[in-house]
Amino acid sequence: MKPRHKRIAAIALGVAALGIATALVLTAFQKNLVFFFTPSQVAANEAPQGRTFRIGGMVVVGSLKRSGVDVSFAVTDTAKTIPVVYRGALPDLFREGKGVVAQGSLGDDGVFRAREVLAKHDENYMPPDAAHALEQAKKAQRTVQTR
Amino acid sequence: MSTAIRWFWFASPQTFLPLAGAIARWCALGAALLAAAGLYVGFFVAPTDAQQGEVYRIIFIHVPAAWMSMFLYLVMALWAAVGLAFNTRLSHMMARAIAPTGALFTFIALWTGSLWGKPTWGTYWVWDARLTSELILLFLYLGFMALQASIEDPRRSDRAGALLAIVGAVNVPIIYYSVQWWNTLHQGASVSLTRAPSMAAAMLTGMLLMALAFWLYSIAVTLVRVRCIILERQ
Repeated sequence: MKPRHKRIAAIALGVAALGIATALVLTAFQKNLVFFFTPSQVAANEAPQGRTFRIGGMVVVGSLKRSGVDVSFAVTDTAKTIPVVYRGALPDLFREGKGVVAQGSLGDDGVFRAREVLAKHDENYMPPDAAHALEQAKKAQRTVQTR
Repeated sequence: MSTAIRWFWFASPQTFLPLAGAIARWCALGAALLAAAGLYVGFFVAPTDAQQGEVYRIIFIHVPAAWMSMFLYLVMALWAAVGLAFNTRLSHMMARAIAPTGALFTFIALWTGSLWGKPTWGTYWVWDARLTSELILLFLYLGFMALQASIEDPRRSDRAGALLAIVGAVNVPIIYYSVQWWNTLHQGASVSLTRAPSMAAAMLTGMLLMALAFWLYSIAVTLVRVRCIILERQ
């Protein structure tokens, strides 16, 4: 084995060891690395109790109610739904049926009191007419299914 | 066999010097043309986004810069590893020359991302996995440059920096896969090698043109910097 072969082996081994160590650390901290909890995780008591955390999911269509600066809406991951109340301005991209992340705490009544609401948009980019066409197609499919 | 030997011939800094100059000139020209085309497509041809309106157009800078920031780090770490393994001076010089450009693109990605986040998410910054790991990437670049600058002896400086560059490479897959592994505020990838892109064709064209322009720009400035380092060390 030439010296340079030894050095290549040492570098490869070092990188592999470091990679495994990092993977183990990240797995161990898995729970602390999530930015938000889903309503299902909250229902399963996986979210931290008695301190602030973030919940994330879709805003239920038709759930948004405004009275002055107070807003209320529901967040769902299609399995579970959590009602949220918030006082303040919502981000521009906040839409019913779209993603949202809210930071706050869960009350004993099961209502999430948000102190900050962020919009989470998806990775799809398309012109408005294409979005409109998609919507129409979805509606058409729904009417076919209900018939 | 003679072609194989030619490669090592180019590994000598003295023979590489004029070649680097020629490649740098052509790449700089290509980068300028492609950037002009990319920005034109991005700002005038690509349609308005259905959800975000015009604000999404920052994607034409943000995404190519973020790609380059990660890719350049891997290239830098690879040159550093080659330099450590084969004791070639030019490899270390390449690693040293890439770092400032990588740091620049990392900063651009963070900066444009922050400006994009305010009107869409409603915040300039959150500590989610994607944003945090990209910030760590910036610190790795800066740390690499600071470490090399603080050691007087070039050979020791090269080796110390190389080690840091290789160790830091574990961060790159974390940045790339962070949006898949954990819940993040940052959305997933619109463009990947494994599936069809989830964006309109004109938008994709603009983004790829900009990515190519950034590639050529990176090659050009890296080679110019390598020439400076070669001349400095003579």
